This record gives sequence, structure tokens and C-alpha cells, in this order.
Amino acid sequence: MSEVTINVNGRTVTKTVEDRTLLVHFLREELGLTGTHVGCDTSQCGSCVVHVDGKAVKSCTMLAAQASGSSVVTIEGLANGAELHPVQAAFKEHHGLQCGFCTPGMIMAAVDMINRHPEGLDEATVRAELEGNICRCTGYHNIVKAVLAASAAMGKASKGKAKAA
Amino acid sequence: MYSVNYHRAASVADAVKKVKAGDGKFLAGGMTLIPTMKSRLAAPSDVVDITRIASLSGITVSGKTVTIGATTTHAEVATNAKLAKVCPALCSLASHIGDPHVRHKGTIGGSISNNDPAADYPSAMLALGATIVTNKRQIPADKFFKGLFETALKEDEMVTEVTFTAPAKAGYAKFPNPASRYAVTGVFVAKGKDGVRAAVTGAGDNGVFRSKEVEAALAKKFDAASLDGVKVSAKGLMGDIHATPEYRANLVVVMAKRAVAAANG
Ligand code: FES
Ligand code: FES
Repeated sequence: MSEVTINVNGRTVTKTVEDRTLLVHFLREELGLTGTHVGCDTSQCGSCVVHVDGKAVKSCTMLAAQASGSSVVTIEGLANGAELHPVQAAFKEHHGLQCGFCTPGMIMAAVDMINRHPEGLDEATVRAELEGNICRCTGYHNIVKAVLAASAAMGKASKGKAKAA
Repeated sequence: MYSVNYHRAASVADAVKKVKAGDGKFLAGGMTLIPTMKSRLAAPSDVVDITRIASLSGITVSGKTVTIGATTTHAEVATNAKLAKVCPALCSLASHIGDPHVRHKGTIGGSISNNDPAADYPSAMLALGATIVTNKRQIPADKFFKGLFETALKEDEMVTEVTFTAPAKAGYAKFPNPASRYAVTGVFVAKGKDGVRAAVTGAGDNGVFRSKEVEAALAKKFDAASLDGVKVSAKGLMGDIHATPEYRANLVVVMAKRAVAAANG
């Protein structure tokens, strides 16, 4: 057993857990933050993506103990009260989801992607960057639209838009 | 996952001591080790997290000499501006490993220590003639990669950094498995002061290897056209559900051409 202290969505929590506890299980079962999903056994689907110290990672492929001392942001930490994060708003506006299972991971990946590309995004970049997130429903088109719209809305003129204008 | 004890190492000596205490494994990014433990294919008694040892992380470029710490992530290698100036091929290679989330965690030291026969970095280390530095000694890449998932590393030995002289030209191209992004076949070519070296990953029955055929053709002229008509033997190449040995033999030449074209920019 290990004592694990993590700042999750701005709140510092300490729990004693088995060393083999995955971060995703820590979030879902110890903290009840069930927005972060588990879609596979093999570290391939990306539905578990959260931010650890500002970087998108698969919370199913990390021990909670590895994250001790770090700051974690989950899908629950994005909205400001009733006001959706611009990426969440764009997924809603552009219908970037059907069943919604992949959506938390998609949105956390999209926020990370937009942060890493302050110069803006084009469609090819978004599609390449979504490599680690699998969606069984949408065919990705509306997800890509939503990410591009969010990138533009977040005050970072996207290359694709600039070209179209 | 079977039960395991997690430790965090404060220094390289501390990490080695903790690994030796049980049937332990060093844990860096964990992008191979954790999935393997989840599927119960690996069951170490202890894992020793080395990612908080500050001295193991970072990239320094002085002149043409490049040194990359073992726990430097793929994302850091992909986006390092100094490295991009002297060896952009390595940045490009790192930017195509796995996916963004994997690149945030996975490390160069972990990749070469694991020596997956389809991993990208081993081909770069071999073609660049890199030196693998451990807590005990310096090992030339030619002697480091021993076979499938096998290296020259001893039980209590840990990669601390890799170092190489940036070549005049280098390029990497891979035919990625569409699901995993591992190389079905990948070729790294480098033209340095000691001539041309071409290393192949993903294709060899015994892991990464240098292609004599490709090197001989490129020694004449470092140009993609030099590889026209070059035949690579399928003997000793891997055959699996993804590709036959013959298909891989052809891919070696095709990927080598693309790598040279990339190197010549
Ligand atoms: S649950 Fe599928 S990648 Fe994490
Ligand atoms: S919306 Fe159903 S998996 Fe993506």
C-alpha cells in the first residue's frame, strides 16, 4: 500500500491505495470521478485521457502512485460552473459525439492539442493528433470540426480558417 | 495486474539498490511495462520509478555532439529546437512514435532498453553509431542491441543517457502498422564522416540490423536513385500476420529510398 497525494481538479486529496492501482481507478473508484472512462485493456483507445502536470496521458497506463505529487485535471475539471469549456461547447455545437463514451478522452486530448498548437490547427494536424483516441460511432468528421472550431474560438486563428478566408 | 511494490528512486544508485532488493524492474514512462503488467505478461515484485531523477532527463547539444538523458520523453525529443537544428531526423522519428499521449510519457531510455524488434529508436541509435551510457559503462550501439527484446544490459544496469555525433545528413521512414504505429518496417539512414550507415527495424527476425545492401548502394552516391533495382534478401526477415518476409524485404528498399529523400530534404 502507498499513500498517494494528488491535486485533482484543484483539490488536494490523499488516499492510501494498493500500489498496483491505476490512476484511472483512483479517479473513478476512490474519488467517484466517473467522467474518465475505460474503453480497453490495451492502452489503445484514449477514453481515459486526463492531464497530468499539464500533459495529456492515458490514466489507464499509469499507476496512481506515479502521479503522487502531481496535478491532475479530468473532464470534470474543465467547465466553469454551468459554463462549458470552449472545447465542450464546440463538441455540443458541432455534434461531435453520438454515444459519448469516447468523448471525455476526446475532449481532454483536444484541449491538450490546442494548447500545444498556439499557431492554430488544420484538419490534417487534428486527424494525425487524434491517433490515440478511438471513436466507434461518429466517423470522426464532427469531432474534427469541433476541435477546429474550438481552436479558432479559443482566440488562436487556425491555419485552415486563414486559408479559407 | 498482479500485486507490486512501487518505489520512487532519488538517484541512480538508489534506483539500482531498490531494483536489486527484489525481482524488480526500472519504471520510466511505463508505456510498455504497465500494459505488459496489466495483461499479466510481466509480474515484477517491485517497480522503481526513475522519472524523478533530474539528472536523467534533458537534451544537450554542443557543436555536433548530442546527449539525450534516458528519461527524456518522445515529445521532448520531437520538439527540441536545438536538436532540430543538428539532427531533425531524430525529432521526426520521435514525433511519429505511438500517439500524443504515449509521447508524453514514453522515454528514449525505455525504448532502447526494451529493444522491441519493431520500435523506432533502436534503428536510429544503430545508424547514428550512438554510444549508450549506463551506470556502469559505455556501450557502442553496435554491441548494445542483441536480439528480440535483448540488450547488453545486465540485471542491475540502467541506461542513463545516449550520445552521438550529429551526421551531415540523416533520415528516417517507416511503414507503420495502422493500429499500433509500430514499424512494420522502418529504415534510418545516416551519412557521417565514417560513411553511410543504414539500420532497419521492424523487419529482422532477430531485431534491429544494418542493411549491407542498402549501405553499399548509398556509399556510391547518397541518393534515392542509387537504390533503384537493389534487392534485399528475405532470409532472416520476419513473417507474421502483417507482412511476409518477402514483403518486408521490398519495404526495406522502399523505406530506405524515402529516408534518403527525407535526409536530402
Ligand atoms: S482505457 Fe483505453 S487507452 Fe486507456
Ligand atoms: S461517440 Fe460513441 S465512441 Fe465516440
